[in-house]
Amino acid sequence: MDISTKQFRRCDLVKAEGRIDSNTAPEVRDAFEAITEDGRFRIVFDMSEVTFISSVGVWVLLETQKTCKRYNRGDLVIANVNEKIQHTLDLAGLLTFFRIYDDVLEAVGSF
Amino acid sequence: MYKATFPGRFKSLAEISEFVSRAINEIGFDETTAYMILVAVDEACTNIIEHAYGGEGQGDIQCSCDVTEDLVKITLRDRGEPFDPTTVPEPDFSVPLQELNCRGAGLVLIQKIMDETNFESTPDGENVLTMIKRK
Repeated sequence: MDISTKQFRRCDLVKAEGRIDSNTAPEVRDAFEAITEDGRFRIVFDMSEVTFISSVGVWVLLETQKTCKRYNRGDLVIANVNEKIQHTLDLAGLLTFFRIYDDVLEAVGSF
Repeated sequence: MYKATFPGRFKSLAEISEFVSRAINEIGFDETTAYMILVAVDEACTNIIEHAYGGEGQGDIQCSCDVTEDLVKITLRDRGEPFDPTTVPEPDFSVPLQELNCRGAGLVLIQKIMDETNFESTPDGENVLTMIKRK
């Protein structure tokens, strides 16, 4: 799957395109880890081009959130999650630990 | 009746999703419901690969979709370890983030999305998961 990252002064932006399932979730995890292992813990995840995400994919986000929030250092926030994905994940309470923004600018500006 | 067999590998998940998508297109579910059914199928197949087979490449997943005017019945068959859904605790999202364990979230999604879910293991070693979604 296509994953792009961009470093801003106050946060990093990660954008994934396509399907995040058990097959592709490790690629998303690697993209987040490259940022947190570099000591940066403020991340915006742009989901505008994500067409599908399973609980395994959300677990990658939750594990990244754990890393980001440890010692009160940072936050992983979500931008542009489409309605059907949000509705589905809300069924299982999977988005409880994330701030969600309607667009990337707003999300980046929150840091 | 749609029927196909897929290798029990994570790479199959996208193909299984496309296969089920073709079947449920016939009924004309709304976009969100159609999406949710695909999530339930993905979660079920991931559980088969991870838990029934204990990893990738250990066996096949047979998927069939019975479509009527107002419902779809999706059946997944595998020959891995039998699965008892009552042994999986529901994840607790009221705990602090650092204590969160997501095991069981897939099963919760399946059960919340589908109208009926039934797990069975046959005497000849086949596990049969039947999921029904009504329009």
